[in-house]
Amino acid sequence: MSVEVQHVSKTFGSYKAIEDVSLKVHSGELVALLGPSGSGKTTLLRMIAGLEVPDPPANQDEGKILFFDQDVATRSVSERQVGFVFQHYALFKHMSVFENIAFGLRVRPRSQRLPKAQIDQRVKELLQLIQLEGFGNRFPLQLSGGQRQRVALARALAIEPKVLLLDEPFGALDAKVRQKLREWLRRLHEQVHTTTILVTHDQEEALEVADRVVVMNHAKIEQIGTPEEVFHNPASEFVIDFLGSVNVFSGRHVEPSSEAKTDGAKIYVRPHELQISKESLGSASISAQIQRIQRAGTSAKVFVHTNKEQNVRVDVPIHEFQFMDLEIHQQVFITPLQSHVFSPDYTI
Amino acid sequence: MSAMRATQTRRLPGFGLTLGFTLFYVTLMIVIPIAALLFKASSISMQELVETFKTPRVQASLRLTFGASLLAATINTLFGFIVAWTLVRYRFVGRRLIDSLIDLPFAMPTAVSGIALMAIYAPTGIVGKQFLAWGIKTAISPLGVLIALIFIGFPFAVRTMQPAIEELELEAEQASASLGASRFQTFLRVTVPSLIPAALTGFTLALARALGEYGSVIFIAGNLPMRTEIASLLIVSRLDENDIVGACAIAVVMLAATFVLLLAIQGIQWRIERKTGRN
Repeated sequence: MSVEVQHVSKTFGSYKAIEDVSLKVHSGELVALLGPSGSGKTTLLRMIAGLEVPDPPANQDEGKILFFDQDVATRSVSERQVGFVFQHYALFKHMSVFENIAFGLRVRPRSQRLPKAQIDQRVKELLQLIQLEGFGNRFPLQLSGGQRQRVALARALAIEPKVLLLDEPFGALDAKVRQKLREWLRRLHEQVHTTTILVTHDQEEALEVADRVVVMNHAKIEQIGTPEEVFHNPASEFVIDFLGSVNVFSGRHVEPSSEAKTDGAKIYVRPHELQISKESLGSASISAQIQRIQRAGTSAKVFVHTNKEQNVRVDVPIHEFQFMDLEIHQQVFITPLQSHVFSPDYTI
Repeated sequence: MSAMRATQTRRLPGFGLTLGFTLFYVTLMIVIPIAALLFKASSISMQELVETFKTPRVQASLRLTFGASLLAATINTLFGFIVAWTLVRYRFVGRRLIDSLIDLPFAMPTAVSGIALMAIYAPTGIVGKQFLAWGIKTAISPLGVLIALIFIGFPFAVRTMQPAIEELELEAEQASASLGASRFQTFLRVTVPSLIPAALTGFTLALARALGEYGSVIFIAGNLPMRTEIASLLIVSRLDENDIVGACAIAVVMLAATFVLLLAIQGIQWRIERKTGRN
């Protein structure tokens, strides 16, 4: 089931939450909408679900939301057959886990309703899928956050939705549980293959789980691409800044192909794209002094202060770091191995 | 275990003092008066108690009191829910005014309520006249008692349900809709069940208030023995006749019945809370 959004906008009063956004999600794909809070990602998701109504379109080609090439923009949320998972679970507290999951099957019109035995069977399968067999008689308040969110997911999956929409599903959980559920969600997606759109502000989550990442900022899409593409070939300053830490240098940039030069350009270098050495490696090397070293993790984070009064972070793989014998206050050189420059127009 | 308990007590100071005060206060204000009543009633033999209870006049008054109170509390819970829902969910001109009017029956001296009700529902009153034309007596009738009890219990039902409706999770309703439920199904299966604990509390408060009501009822009721005489009034008239034993006997029956009723409602609530893991 492919999902397509064509030139959709949404304003709340005078605030533009979504501005002329178009997006296509292919059948069976898991796409992450990634962006800071206020970027419009949740509004976009809620419009796809039908929980929010897009602004009235100015012409025929605008404001369309297509499920498998069918325009559903005028259909209500209960008619769209979407599975929606909320950040704070939104489970029915007065119902047992079993009843929560069965809800979508029980409210179907009599003619489409499954017989009771089949509903029971389906709920049992789903309980197995979320690894909560034996929890059917519990109530939501008796479960942990991670368990509650899995129940919410099973409840959404019960109706065999055309699209699964997840709004910051792991946002309210602690780091360890998040990590586990993230991996579990990816495995689950490989099992059920429902077209899934996930909203998150956590870049690690998006890069790890999604087939494609849609980076959003200020009501617009900044870049769409696979996790590799958005991470290694960021399309804008915003994207490189949002996806992990980055050092910003200003200087002269020379375009290798055309010899075009940019003065005062902003040069973005990720901490792992810098090399640290005791001697200068050429004209690109910058002299700096080590301020602080943080050794915990798979790479050591070395914080240096350059002779241009700039604070820079360099990540050194821990096995290399062990042989470098670096110390605080030591004078070193840092050399960018790779860099990203964003200039709308190069001046000669 | 006991060591752990001791450290816990120490960590949140004042437990001994506040518990002591609570026990002292509850004893002084509630336990002693009830004990005095029971002590007075203990001078009555069991046989006298049964005899009193068996009198048709006493039985009729108890039936009227409990029957009208239960009915009034039920009506108040249903209509109180509608009013509370309207006040919480919608924004309209005059909302604040209506909101403040709701407390009026609660704040008014009961005798004033009684006179006001009498003025309207008496055979010569605006409403009473209308109903009389249809052959319905709104005063000096059991219906009059019911009207008075609805009047004074209403604020309790509305005020307990309002916060519960305010706290309803909008997302639960949206989740229900996304799962294909119609608006009516969502209301019936998601919204109403979440409000049952609050509705029960409102019902209990309205009921308790109605059972003990005196001032606002006696004018409109007309106090015809066997027909419109409530238990509280019967107790007062027994006292007037210097029949303290008779008054105590009715009082003890009232007390026991009320206690059992409230305990039963509380029991239902405990069960709901335990089952869904709310405590």
